[in-house]
Amino acid sequence: MKNRWLAAYAAFAYLFLHVPLLVLTVFSFNASRFTHWEGFSLKWYAVLLEDHRLIEAALNSILIAVAATALATVIGTIAAYGIWKRSAPVLEGSLYTGLVTPEIVTGVSLLALFQGLFHYFNFRLGLHTVILAHVTFSIAYVVIVIQARLKTMDKSLEEAAMDLGATEFGAFRKVTLPVLMPGVIAAALLAFTISFDDYVITSLVSGVDTETLPMVIYTMARKGVSPAVNAMSALIVIGVGALIVAAEKLQQQHT
Amino acid sequence: MNQLRTWFLAPARLLTFGFFLAPLAIVVLYSFLTRGTYGGQGAPFTLENYTRLADPLYLEILVKSFWIAILSTAICLVMGFPLALFIARSGPQWRGTWINLVMLPFWTNFLVRTYAWMFLLRDTGLINTAFQGLGLISQPLPLLYNDGAVILGLVYGYLPFMVLPIFSTLERQDPFLLEAAADLGATPWQTLWRVTVPMAKPGILAGSVLVFIPCLGAYLTPDLMGGGKSIMIGNVVQQQFTSSRDWPFGAALSLVLTALVMVLLWFIMRRGGKELI
Amino acid sequence: MNHVLEVRAVSKSFGANHAVRDVSLNVERGELFALLGPSGCGKTTVLRMIAGFETPDRGDVLLDGKQIAQLKPYERNVSTVFQNYALFPHLTARQNIEFGLRHKGNAIGDLAARTQKVLELVQMLGKEERFPARLSGGEKQRIALARSLAIEPDLLLLDEPLSALDPKLRKRVRGELKDLQRRVGITFIIVTHDQEEAMAMADRVALMNKGILEQMGTPEAIYLRPKTRFVASFLGSVNWRGEYGVRPEVVRISPTAPRNGARSHRAQIHSSLFLGNCFHVEARLEDGTALTAEIPRQDQTYLPGENVHVWWHPDDEIHLPAAS
Repeated sequence: MKNRWLAAYAAFAYLFLHVPLLVLTVFSFNASRFTHWEGFSLKWYAVLLEDHRLIEAALNSILIAVAATALATVIGTIAAYGIWKRSAPVLEGSLYTGLVTPEIVTGVSLLALFQGLFHYFNFRLGLHTVILAHVTFSIAYVVIVIQARLKTMDKSLEEAAMDLGATEFGAFRKVTLPVLMPGVIAAALLAFTISFDDYVITSLVSGVDTETLPMVIYTMARKGVSPAVNAMSALIVIGVGALIVAAEKLQQQHT
Repeated sequence: MNQLRTWFLAPARLLTFGFFLAPLAIVVLYSFLTRGTYGGQGAPFTLENYTRLADPLYLEILVKSFWIAILSTAICLVMGFPLALFIARSGPQWRGTWINLVMLPFWTNFLVRTYAWMFLLRDTGLINTAFQGLGLISQPLPLLYNDGAVILGLVYGYLPFMVLPIFSTLERQDPFLLEAAADLGATPWQTLWRVTVPMAKPGILAGSVLVFIPCLGAYLTPDLMGGGKSIMIGNVVQQQFTSSRDWPFGAALSLVLTALVMVLLWFIMRRGGKELI
Repeated sequence: MNHVLEVRAVSKSFGANHAVRDVSLNVERGELFALLGPSGCGKTTVLRMIAGFETPDRGDVLLDGKQIAQLKPYERNVSTVFQNYALFPHLTARQNIEFGLRHKGNAIGDLAARTQKVLELVQMLGKEERFPARLSGGEKQRIALARSLAIEPDLLLLDEPLSALDPKLRKRVRGELKDLQRRVGITFIIVTHDQEEAMAMADRVALMNKGILEQMGTPEAIYLRPKTRFVASFLGSVNWRGEYGVRPEVVRISPTAPRNGARSHRAQIHSSLFLGNCFHVEARLEDGTALTAEIPRQDQTYLPGENVHVWWHPDDEIHLPAAS
């Protein structure tokens, strides 16, 4: 009896979680620009392809996310490994503080730093500042994911590797890293999502010439609903979904 | 070994120092400076940026931000706990799927998610259009641009953060405990309240922290779904750094917001202990 | 000088914990040496210092007369078989074996041949393409052994090699290990907390307690002529009687007093348990002290309350002052 209530509630909760995105996707195929259904059409996707601003923003977002993910995953993984070897309280404290600091605060403080640098050096805001910001705040997430994986790791594996002639670095590269690989993939996926997702910090440190996808969606959302944004959103939902399925597959191969 | 470790920690140390701690230090410095005539900041040093926070206008926003964050967290808890319970009690072969379905919206873009709700709720949105089409209402209902919409957006955005930690504590619970409780004559409700909920406390605590912190510092949701009418501290901070160009005051506000989060977290960590991690 | 390994006055502390204090020992080429002691006695730390996972605070570790105390694990020709085997989970059994050969072995050319040889040695041919997750406990141990043997170390260290196996398997593996060691002729050092295991396998045993080396010698020597009460008691039970002790197996029981020069006491049987290979008898002497005896099955059975004589040869007494 009680379990049936629970299942009914769960159905409601899953509807709450998924209906908004589903409706959005369905209406991206609407022929009308209004919220009346007037028949199936791909015209808003065609509009997307013509919109150079959107395409450039999408490319920027992908470029930033790929670069930030690659850097943050490498830096975070080796940092987590270093911390695993022997704790580094100051670094760990800073990383955790970064995690709980409100995004808006991280954003404005970076803006303050970059403006200061701009004053004294010929330093401009742009893709590079966005990537720097994204790498910095993603590291903490990567470290947490890798640390969770390292917790279950047998310390004698590395000793065995060195015992058999591998140097410290060799033991890390040939034994620890392969064993950590599922964690590394999960961490990279998280870093990618966080980077691709970010609006608050990005909008503050991107300067006037650089626009990312969330920034374009933000401007459009403020102006009013447009079916083109629906189409863009639907593409993001599908793209991210595909990425996760691919990552899951990759992870299964590794375990 | 130590040498390799030093090299491995160096990039993370460099970045967190250069692009997290140093900027924060600059904000601390700015918060004691005076705003220049055309924006910018300089001498003399002052505490005025902090005393201005006592202004009822800002106090009200602060209280409201707390209120919205608390309410959002409470709703997430009420909605998230039964969902986590459902997942934990479903067969092991299904759990992964149910969890992935909770996480799926989280993996898609936050802005897209917020936009999706705007698409549903606005005056010419799906709900109003549908209701008007059915003749249920003549004027569109004011569904968007109010506190309720902000709370809805926050709950939708952070519900997965509540479900996951509660699920992981529930999953570890021994099913025999439930049988033992039933054996001792407890009704399912009594078992739920006296066994399941108390044992899930670490997860409830962790989930509440994970939801409350981003809600308190929220910027995007109140901005878009509150439509500028319903603003929280995050929005005031942003305004000071952009349109108002009052960086010293914005800096002071940022620090107060961060300090509030830290104090709260420290308090919970001290009470909840290591359970959180 | 035929010592393959010499440990001289080695000490190691972890914070306030003096794990190893002033331990010296030497291991002869080709022998099977056991480091024995209760858990926390420092034997594993000694092993880890020989392997290079820990660096001694003081003292020397000489391998073939060369100082290796400060060398990294990959700079010394010593190999360890870990308690949990530490097989690399992402590599097959064969790749696990090849790992060491690629790094430490100086014969990359005959990689396949050497892998084949050690697989044969541990009787694991046919299972070399399996991942560790698909091997049983005993099979994992064989692969771990093969992996270490493949690099032909001067010294093979085995940390509690039998503890992860189920008890029935242990006795068999004990014999197999000893046999394997004779065949390959490599010096083995085994760390164990099980005195029976050490005595059954080792040519010589070093017994440690609280970071200190208590005694080193052949199993017979340390069993029959212990230097401290700890050694005597750790290797088997002892009835301590003031300045000396007698082991239960040398105690005899008879209805009448023996005529030879035995030390004899009147006693009453307290309990008698049949253990299959012997009787375990608790007797109470006239002076009120208790005494345990293990008497052969062939002897007469005794009932509780029976008045008897207990006796032993003075030669079998272990004379050690109680203070030690």
